[in-house]
This record gives sequence, C-alpha cells and structure tokens, in this order.
Amino acid sequence: MTTTPQAVRRASPRTRRKATPAAVDPSAGLLPRTEPVRLLNPDGTPLPARDDYPEPPLDALREMYRRMVVGRRFDVQATALTKQGRLAVYPSSRGQEACQVGGVLALHDTDWVFPTYRESMALTARGIDPVEVLTLLRGDWHCGYDPAARHTAPQCTPLATQCVHAAGLAYGESYQGRDTVALAFIGDGATSEGDFHEGVNFAAVFKAPVVYFVQNNKYAISVPLSRQTAAPSLAYKGVGYGVPSEQVDGNDPVAVLAVLTRAVEHARSGQGPFLVEAHTYRMEPHTNADDQTRYRDAEEVEAWRDRDPIARLETYLRARGVLDDAAVAAIADEAEAYAAALRDRMNAQPAVDPLSLFDHVYAEPTPQLVEQREQVRAELAAARDEEGDA
Amino acid sequence: MATMTMAKALNAALADAMLDDERVVVFGEDVGQLGGVFRITDGLQARFGDKRCFDTPLAEAGIVGFAVGLAMSGLRPVVEMQFDAFAYPAFEQIASHVAKLRNRTRGALSVPIVIRVPYAGGIGGVEHHCDSSEAYYAHTPGLKVVTPATVEDAYSLLREAIDDPDPVVFMEPKKLYFSSAEAELPARTAPFGKAVVRRAGTDATLVAYGPAVPVALEAAEAAREEGWDLEVVDVRTIVPFDDATVIASVRKTGRCVVIQEAQGFAGVGAEIAARVQERCFHALHAPVLRVSGLDIPYPAPMLEHAHLPSVDRVLDTVARLQWDDQPDTRWVAA
Repeated sequence: MTTTPQAVRRASPRTRRKATPAAVDPSAGLLPRTEPVRLLNPDGTPLPARDDYPEPPLDALREMYRRMVVGRRFDVQATALTKQGRLAVYPSSRGQEACQVGGVLALHDTDWVFPTYRESMALTARGIDPVEVLTLLRGDWHCGYDPAARHTAPQCTPLATQCVHAAGLAYGESYQGRDTVALAFIGDGATSEGDFHEGVNFAAVFKAPVVYFVQNNKYAISVPLSRQTAAPSLAYKGVGYGVPSEQVDGNDPVAVLAVLTRAVEHARSGQGPFLVEAHTYRMEPHTNADDQTRYRDAEEVEAWRDRDPIARLETYLRARGVLDDAAVAAIADEAEAYAAALRDRMNAQPAVDPLSLFDHVYAEPTPQLVEQREQVRAELAAARDEEGDA
Repeated sequence: MATMTMAKALNAALADAMLDDERVVVFGEDVGQLGGVFRITDGLQARFGDKRCFDTPLAEAGIVGFAVGLAMSGLRPVVEMQFDAFAYPAFEQIASHVAKLRNRTRGALSVPIVIRVPYAGGIGGVEHHCDSSEAYYAHTPGLKVVTPATVEDAYSLLREAIDDPDPVVFMEPKKLYFSSAEAELPARTAPFGKAVVRRAGTDATLVAYGPAVPVALEAAEAAREEGWDLEVVDVRTIVPFDDATVIASVRKTGRCVVIQEAQGFAGVGAEIAARVQERCFHALHAPVLRVSGLDIPYPAPMLEHAHLPSVDRVLDTVARLQWDDQPDTRWVAA
C-alpha cells in the first residue's frame, strides 16, 4: 500500500512515524479520508471495530434510537399539520434522523447549537417543546423558545450566516474561561456561501471550539451537489483553512455519534474547530411547497429507503440485545403520544397580538414606534367596534 | 480644557470604555498594532493587550458575524469597518441578524455591539472610500444610527453607543476626524434621541448631520450678510430621531432646509423633510427644501467639489424659501 496523505492523516498516534517537523506533510492531519467513516453496514450488521472511532456506549445508542423514532414521528406530524394549514411551511428532515439526533446527543446541555431551518427535529431531540420549535413555521413572528436558556440559537433562515455566529460565541465563551463547544448545522448548498468560509476561517484563526456539521443531503432545493462544488467532498473545505475534517456515513447512527463525539472532544480540548461532512439524503421535498419530481427520480429516492437510519440502528441494537419487541413497541407508543399531543396543541389557534410587534425592536421603543403602536391600537379598537356593530 | 481632534476624542472614548468595562473588545482590520488606518484605535492594543484589541481576517461579514457571537456570549464588541463601502459585505449580517436578533428572540438575546463606519467624503479618497451609507442602516429597524459633528459629541456618543443595549451603527465623518476643538473629557453631551440647536436663529432652520453640520454653520454665518438669521439643528442621532427639537425649531422659524452630504434620492434628508412637512405644514411659509450630494456614484477626488453640498449651494437654496411670498419658479409648470 502506498503512503498517501490520507493514510498519513489516519495513522493513529501510536503508529505515526517519528519525523522531524520539516519532513511532515503540512496537510497531514487535515486531509479527510476519501471514504466516509462507517461502523454499521446498511443492513445493520456491524463492521469491524476500529481504534480511531470507538463505538459509543450502548445506552447512548439506545437513547439515540428512541429520539430518532420520536423525531421521525414529529416530522411526519409536522408535515401533516402543514397540509392541514396549521403550519405556513415545513422543511422536513426525514431520512436525516441520525444526523439530527446525533448532532445534539454529542453535546452537553451547556454547549450551543446553531441550527438552520431544517433542524426542527434536532431541536425537539434536544428537549425543546415542539410547539415552541414550530412557532416560526406556524407563522408567528419570533423563534418560540428561549435561546439563552436552551443554548440554542434561533433557527437560521439566511444561509450559512450562523457559521460566523458559532465562531464568535465559541471564542467568546473560551475567552471568558468556559469550556463551551458550539455546533453549527449547515447544509451542502450553504457551503457555497461566503459566510461558511468566513466562519470556518475565523474559528480556525481564533482556535474557537466549533464543530461545523455539514449534512450533505445531496440537494439544495433542486440544485445537485455537483453544482455546489468541484471538490472531492465537502469535507475538503476544511483543508484550506487549516481545519481537520472527516466524512461520515450520515445514515449510520453509530458512526455519526462516534465521529461527532470525537469532533466535539477535539474542539473542547482546545485544538480549534473540526468539520464533519455527513452523507445523507432528504427523503421528502425541500418543503411542502416543493415539487421534487422536477429534479429527481422516484427510483433514486427509493434506493435510499434501503439505507434507512432507524431500521439500521434497530437491527443492530436488537442484535446486541438492548432492544426487543416490547421496547420497540413502547418507543413507538411514546412517539404516537408525542405526535398526538403536538397535533392537539397545534389545533388550538394561538393568540397573537399585533401590539407585541413593537416590544422587542429595541430595548426601549423609539418615540416613532410608540406613535405607531398607538396608531395600530386605534386601528384594532376601530375594527373591534365595527365587528361589534355588525 | 484642551484642544483635540475628533480622532483623538474617539480614541479616548474607546480607551475609557475598555477601562470601565472589561467586556468591551475592539477588533477589525488593522486596528491592532497599526491603530487603524485613521489611528482611531491607536495604542489600545499596547495598553489593553491583544485579547482586548485585535486584528481579524479581512472579511467584513465575518467581523460582524463574529461580533454577534461574542455578544451572545456576554461581551461588548466594538468593530471597525475600515471604510464605508467596505462594510457592504457585512450587510446581510447587519440587516438580518444584528438588527433583528433581539426581536426574533423576544429580548432573550440582545446584540449590544457598535459598528464603527468611517464615512462620507471630502478627503480626496478614491472610489469606494467616500460613500455616505447612513440611509441603508437608518432604513433597517433594530439599528440605532448615530453620527457626531463635534469633538465632544464624538466622545460622548461613542461612549453611549458602547453602553447602549441595542446595536449602534456609529458613522464617523472622515473629513472631521482631524478637525479640532476645545474639549474636556470625559464629556457627556446630550443623550441619544436628542438633536441639538448649534446656532440659534429666527428666519429659517437648517437641519444637518455629520459632515454637513460645519457646512450649515458656515452658511449660517455667511447668510448674515444677506440679512438672514438662520438656526442650525444638528440631528446627531438619525435613529432614534428627535422630531420634537426639529419641529420646535421649524415652527419658530417657518422655513426649513435639510442638508446632507449623501445623494438625495430616498435619503435621510428626504425622511426629515417629509416629517417636517407633515408636522409643521401650517407654520411653513415655503416648501421644505433639501441640499444634498448629487444622485451619482461618489465622484473622483478631482471632481468631488462639484458633488459636495457647499455653502453656496446652501445659500442658493435658502434664497428660494419664498422670502417675497412668490412661488418658487422652479416648481411652477411652464
């Protein structure tokens, strides 16, 4: 076997050759492996154990399975609520459950998550009330949850802008002596945005403890990955910034959790940011408003059903003896109850108050906003009077 | 009392803020060892260390986005955009995040950052170095937009900007950096939201801000020879805007000219003129007129004199305020 840079990068510390600094390939330790890390076969049978990515504890994997099942049921329910007009729009992450749950399971509660609009499932997996998570998608004006209390930034609609916030937050936390890690979710399309590159670069230059977690689900709405990059993989985006990277099979929950756990450890230990590219697939259209038949074949989507992350983990956990029919049924029941409660609560019409739109534009409203609030108050009162007369 | 430049007053404001509050961090391009291309951050790194005042990669969206994250962690970032037009790459961060994060989170997160923008012309700068970009920011709810015209205001407004719980775009008129005046620091002048009458007068009100204020004052002096006693109002804080002071002045004088260096169309001066017209219509003896830069890309150094509002352009405009009660012939259909 020839010694490629990838092989050098992946030599474990124990076996790495002693070399003088001048002899070290400057890219060593940065170039991602050409093959995604995988610990389970698509059918759920295990691959040989490996030193670099030890398997996460079984109880963590079992918990991951539970949250993935509940997460998928949440996603199905949110899609249904959209069809019923209860949500203005919903970007599904079905098929990406391993990434959605793994991304938050690898973190401490005090770590920060910087989600995009596609991370509703991840946020519910983090324990945030699903009604709060869906506030914005429901058509209300704010993010729903308390980001400071949940250490979770508002779901970011502008692409990649959260990558720089994560760098700043992580640097600010370490600056103040806290060991917080920030994990920024990002999609494949958004790696083309300037803010992704500026964020990774800032994090690297300031050695900020950030994990950039790219869910490469192959499409940016309709635009395929080949239109985003000519790089061998998105994990290569780290090399130019001096950031180590790894690819992982994003539908292999065991590998996703193992790789993210190590990435988070890397960041927390003061070595700076780490970039993970997960290869996964969005099973649903971009949102309910999208028509995926215009850009991809049903056969392609069907082929990914065979790599379903939940079935894969279930098979494995059953084989390891930590999941049986009763446990699977109990978790399915829990997911049903979760969805039913969500449906009931979302069917109640939320109270909205136009006057609240002025409350948080500034810490204190400007005189002009006070005037406008009074104008709206008068308009609302007049409308109520008209209703009363009718 | 000492004579000092506006640049020195701004530098002192940053240093005093860093001394008073260890959460204040200053960063941007060339602000560290060099002290900024205009020397506004001169000596801060030597005095406070390279954790408190530091250079960043040359990426303005990165600088502002990084500041958002630092503010989320509890710090008080003050960032420098090297020149007005260089801030445009940061516009998405400013308009979509800096301005809106408080609102999107119902106050759970705030962004108490100051974005310092050296702006406007009159310094012989080449292209992309002399834009008046204040209207972009003033048009964005959630931002405060401030611009000093005097040395003491420069100090006081910057201190207040750093203390403010909301994000502030702090517009520094480049051509006034090295203007000097007697000043006693630490000065605290009028707070945000207060315009100031710089010169009292009875015949007409000149409303100006930033680099246009000295032009207005000079024009008011020159107007005495024409027999006009002009009042000059310095807006100081474009957002929040002080309607009350401007209205009181125009209701007293009955005539108003709004002066800005920026191109005129859809500018801050247009907003001020509209507000005055709405609120002072019955006190006005003439239409509210505007003096502004031309609606052209900022011109090259050899031609900027034709663009910049001059004392003559202001006086010509004042002359059109219907002193003889005759309609302005410009606006009468042929």
